[in-house]
Formats: sequence, C-alpha cells, structure tokens
Amino acid sequence: MIRRRSVLLGLPPALLLASATSAEAALSGMAYASNEKDNTISVIDLAAMKTVKTVPTGQRPRGMDLTSDGGRLLVCLGDSNRIDILDTKSWKVVGSINTPDPEYAALRQPGNNPLYVSNENNALVTVWNIDTQKMLVQMPTGVEPEGMAVSPDGQLVANTTETTSMAQFFSYATGKNLANVLVPPRPRWAAFTHDGREVWVSSELGGTVTVIDAKTFKVLDTIHFVVEGLRSTFIQPVGINITRDDKRAFVCLGPANRVAVVDVPERKVLSYVSTSSKMFNATVKKYLLVGQRPWHANFTPDEKYLLTANGLSNDVSVIDVTRLRVINTVPVGQQPWMVLISPS
Amino acid sequence: MIESRLSTKERPLTGRRAVLGAFAVTAGAGLLQPAAAAPAPTLTIGYVHWLHEVDTLSYIFQPAPNDGRAGAEVAIADNNTTGRFLNQNFALAAVEVRDNEDPVAALNSLIGKGIRLVITDRPAADVLKMANAGAPHGVTIFNAGAAEDSLREEDCRGNLIHTAPSDNMLADALAQYLIWKRWPRWLLAYGEHPRDLRLAAAYRRAAKIFGAHIVAERQYKGKVGSRETDTGLIDLQKELPVFTQNAPNYDVLVAADDNSVFAGYLPYRTWDARLVAGSAGLIPTSWDPNSEEWGGRQMQDRFVAYAHRFMTALDMNAWVAARMIGTAASYAQSLEPDKIMAYMRGPDFQLGAYRGLSLSIRDWNGQVRQAILLSDSGRLVVSVSPQPGFLHQRTVLDTLGTDKPETKCKLS
Repeated sequence: MIRRRSVLLGLPPALLLASATSAEAALSGMAYASNEKDNTISVIDLAAMKTVKTVPTGQRPRGMDLTSDGGRLLVCLGDSNRIDILDTKSWKVVGSINTPDPEYAALRQPGNNPLYVSNENNALVTVWNIDTQKMLVQMPTGVEPEGMAVSPDGQLVANTTETTSMAQFFSYATGKNLANVLVPPRPRWAAFTHDGREVWVSSELGGTVTVIDAKTFKVLDTIHFVVEGLRSTFIQPVGINITRDDKRAFVCLGPANRVAVVDVPERKVLSYVSTSSKMFNATVKKYLLVGQRPWHANFTPDEKYLLTANGLSNDVSVIDVTRLRVINTVPVGQQPWMVLISPS
Repeated sequence: MIESRLSTKERPLTGRRAVLGAFAVTAGAGLLQPAAAAPAPTLTIGYVHWLHEVDTLSYIFQPAPNDGRAGAEVAIADNNTTGRFLNQNFALAAVEVRDNEDPVAALNSLIGKGIRLVITDRPAADVLKMANAGAPHGVTIFNAGAAEDSLREEDCRGNLIHTAPSDNMLADALAQYLIWKRWPRWLLAYGEHPRDLRLAAAYRRAAKIFGAHIVAERQYKGKVGSRETDTGLIDLQKELPVFTQNAPNYDVLVAADDNSVFAGYLPYRTWDARLVAGSAGLIPTSWDPNSEEWGGRQMQDRFVAYAHRFMTALDMNAWVAARMIGTAASYAQSLEPDKIMAYMRGPDFQLGAYRGLSLSIRDWNGQVRQAILLSDSGRLVVSVSPQPGFLHQRTVLDTLGTDKPETKCKLS
C-alpha cells in the first residue's frame, strides 16, 4: 500500500504516489461512487487519488450508468423514485425519469438508448427512451429484480431477481420472456462475456457464480469460492467484471472483504451433462483483500486498474490488474454501492 | 370460526405479455419444465390464525387483528410473482380461531380440503395438538408464534417446523451482545406467568453458556397491568425504583416478561441508573420494522404497501414459513407437499430473509436457524447476533439456541 509505505519512508504521499504511478501505467480521469447512505456522488480524481467533489443527489443513490462519451451519469435514486441524468461537467441535473424504486439501470450499447431499469419494489423491468424520458415497455419479473445486463449485440436482456432466485432472459426485439433459470439463492448480478456467449450470474447467499449459455440457457458451470479461515456463509458474491478478452473475471465477495480473480484460460465446454463444476476450467487464481463489503467494481478504460466500492468501510480500493495487488484506497461518502470510471 | 381465502389469481401482466420460457433449468439438477398453456396448478397453504386481543403496556405496540397472517399473505404474493414464470400458483386458506375455539377443528377443516402444509400462530399447547392431529394425514405444521423450547425438545415432532425463534435462541442472541459489550453482571427480573418462568430459565442458561453472572433475581408480583391510567404514572414512579432497590452491583437489568405486564415500565425507573434488556429496552427479535440492512428495506416497503402497517416479528415468521414452501416448490419443481418438504429438509435448502445469513432447518429438531436482531424497543436496530467472535464448527447461526449434542429431541 502506497500510503503506508510513504509513512515508513517519511516521504510526502503525493511525491511517492507520483513516482509509483509513473513506473506503472498512469491513472487518470474521474471515477464516480454512489453513496447509498448519505445521498451523494463522490467524484474521484484518479491522478490525485482523492475525492475532489461531493455531489448531493436525491434519496438513496445506488445503481449508475454512464453514456459512452462519459458526458452523462445516470443515477438510480431508489427512495426518490426517479433516475436523475447528471451532466458530468456542470453536475447539473439535465433530465429525470420518474420510475418507482429503481435499483439499477443499464443503457443499451451502442447508442446509449434505451435504458433498462430494475424496479425493485414493483417486480418490473421498465425500458425507457432516455432522450424523451418516456417509458417504452414494462416487463414483469420475479420478486426484487436487481442485476441487469444487455448482451453485446443488444439483442438479449438478462435480469436477476434477488428474492425469487431466477436469472430471467428477455428478447430486446419482442420484449418476450425467453427463459427463466433457477440459480442458487439471492442472485444479485448478471454480466455477459464480451463474446456474448455466456451470462455470469452471482448468487449472494448461494455463494456461487452460475455461468449460463446465452443461446441455450443451460447452466454451463457453477463457480464456488473458498477462502481459507473464512466461513462459507460470509462469502457472498455480488459484482462481476469480465476482462475484454473474456479470460479473467473479478468477483466482489461482499462481507468476505475480498475480490476473487477467476481465470478462464480455455473456453472449451467439456460437457453439458455433468453437474459438477470445472466444465471449462474456471479456476479462482487469487483473492484480493480490499475494504469492507465490496459489492460492485469497474475497470479503468485501459483495464489496467479495477476500482471497488466498499460499502462498510466507506472507501474505494484500487486494484492493479496486471500485478493483482491492491495499490490504494480512496475515502468516499457513506455506504458506497457502485463505482464507475469515466471513459477518458 | 371465520374462514377467508386470499385470492391469488395471477396478476394481470402489464405491457407485453410475458411468455413462459421454453424451459427452466436448476443450477444443480438440470430439470426441464415445459411451457405452460393451461392455468398454473395451485398449492393452497393453510393458516390457523389466533384471533385474540392482547393488552400491551404501549398503545402503539398493540398487535393488529391480522398480525402474522398478513406476513403469510405477502409471502403468497411473492411466491406467485415467481410462480407465474415457473407455472406454479399459490393460495392461502386462513381460518380464524378465537380463544374459546378448537384449533384442531380448524385444522381438520383445512385437511378436509386436501391442505397438507399449515402455518399457525397459536400458542405452544395448540401447536402440539395440531401436530399430533395432523400427523396421520401427512400434515406439516409451521409454528410461527410459539417460542417454547419444549416444542423443539422433549415435545418435538417430526411434522413440526419452527420459524419462530425459541426462547433459548432469543436469550443467547442477547447474551452474546451483552458479553461482547463486556456487561456480564445481570439483575434478572421475571414475572409470574409460566412463560416468564421459562424465559427466565432461558436467560439463566444463556448466562451460564456465555459467561455472564446473574447477581440477583427479582420476581415482579404486581397485578396484571393495563395501560397507564391518569394517576398510574406516579405509582409506577415510586413502585419500580423500590422493586430494583438494594441490588448487588450490576451492569444490565434483564427482564423476562412475556405478557407485557411490567418490563415496559422498567426503563428510566430503576433505582440505579442502569440499562434494561430482554422484554424491554434492548429486545431480541426475529424482525423489526426498522431493519433496512440486507435488502430489508424492500421487504418493509412491500409489507407496508400491502398491509398499511409495519411488519412485526410474527408477520416475518409467517412470511418465512410461506416463503420456505414457495422456495422449496420452485427448486423441487413440484407442488406436491412431500416433494416440497423433502427439498426443504435437504442439504441444499436456503432462504434469504433479509438478515444477512440465509435461513435453513436444523435437522435434529425442525428449528429454522436464523440471525436475531437486537431492537431498541422498536426504534432502531442496535445489532444482530450471532456476534463476532462466537464460533461454531457448522455455522455461526448454531451458536444460538439448543445445539445438536444437547438436544432432547428424538425424531423417529
């Protein structure tokens, strides 16, 4: 940890940070953390590694998404029953979508439209045109929809229902419910691989990640996590971030205070029949100790760093993805839920 | 006996009509289920509801007439939200039984309709009668209300599942916190009701297990109180300091008062300036309407929207029972009570219930293992037990209540 080392050497942190980062890839740009408890967004200057601005929001900011140019930040305000669209330069609200209890929202890419919203209290996924801020369609789901992902080709929408333990798939074109896959209890998150062939779904209470074939909706693999000296009940996977080459995934383990590094070197599916794991050699390479209760993380645009939002220690951990080490910790607001990084 | 039936027809789908998927796959078993064409088959869960008036010291804590049952009704709606995707429908058939009415007759009326899974909030003696009466018919009773450890121990039954935490679990949950706080010296105050004596025994047991010291015991022998009268406050202000006077030095007054006769009067009225816990002050409970952690806010919002009141511990215990049935039905891909119960008692069963760690069944006595909240008399949640540092070879949840090696329960 850079900060700790700087104390030992008696050097000013900024000086040491500069030398340390110059040897590595330089961190730059901005990161945004949604602070669920104190109703703010912390704006982090990644070059300085500190929170430079705190933006007040409506009630209970949790899920966020950014437009592809980074110009607009969409913030789900669960208790205010709306999603605010913020300009990331002026930090003014430039639009609002009134929708009950939004927990998470994802923009369809490319094109930044439409917006898919998990309306947690209403067992609905709603779809919005963000230019007109009008609802296009609503789709009923299981109890407490949360995780939301759109396939890279934009054709398939995946949602997870926390309380009723399903990964649900909808067609973009028709809005039809295509399949409902039961997974271990309390699925929190869904992430597509970049080749669009798989959907990874984390089960917070099941302690697993289920890998689902995005065409056949069959379960390909179930990844388990074992941390020495830690009870399995404290290993609660939530956020999943997959590298662009689909060879590595980072899974936030909540109260285990760790991020699991899952390697998938060969994506050969060995068998659909067996129910045991290791169908395509997904192995957990390492567990990285971060702050307390990381739920969601995101990569910097160059994928050299991963930032985690640590809900109980009120900070953001910075992981060096190449060396697989935690290199810094940035204090943010109260109970950060998610952290996003600007594209430039 | 009043009978009511919650209508649980599938909600009209808004927007585009959801079409059931070609199949659903379980993570472990790879079971397939064909798309639904006909209306979904229905499982009706029974509820034998104790309709009675409760005198509480605090006016705002008087239970609503549908206390408990409303929790089961919200769970039925939750089950159906999932069920519409899995071609399963759930309904609740509730029978209200007053104090002078026979719960077994109510149970038989449900059995006559083919119902095999029945939730009840009746007291312990009735739960036992219902379990005995239901056993020959393959009925499983879900005990949402009775905390007596005897029901889990010497009087245990193979067809009883306890979603209500036991006295021992509640006492252990409080004891762990008081030990964690290093407040080991307790003054134990208990009432005259048989339930108070059992609760006091649970606190003695907890003190022994977790290393607390009961410095003295006092029994409150006042008349059964009702709410404060115009002149009552002055009497209480004089009476309760005397009740707690001349006690050896203690950290916390632990009160065992199951029927709300005196414990609610203890805070701020003790002779010494001391905290109160147990039946007043810091209260161990399976639910509190202030609990927002672990997604609890969603549960609270859903409940308030349905019942137009806050969700009590009894509501939660009944919600857990009906959700256990619904969850086991989805994973077992069946609405047959035998298959549901087999899955529920199996090694893979877990239920998320907004308290961090998932709930499951102790196979040795049918008790649902669960975390216990410590509530500041219904204001804020102070902590949740098990506390850090209390370990167990199986799961930390088994540090609460009677453990397998010490159980007196012998299930055939």
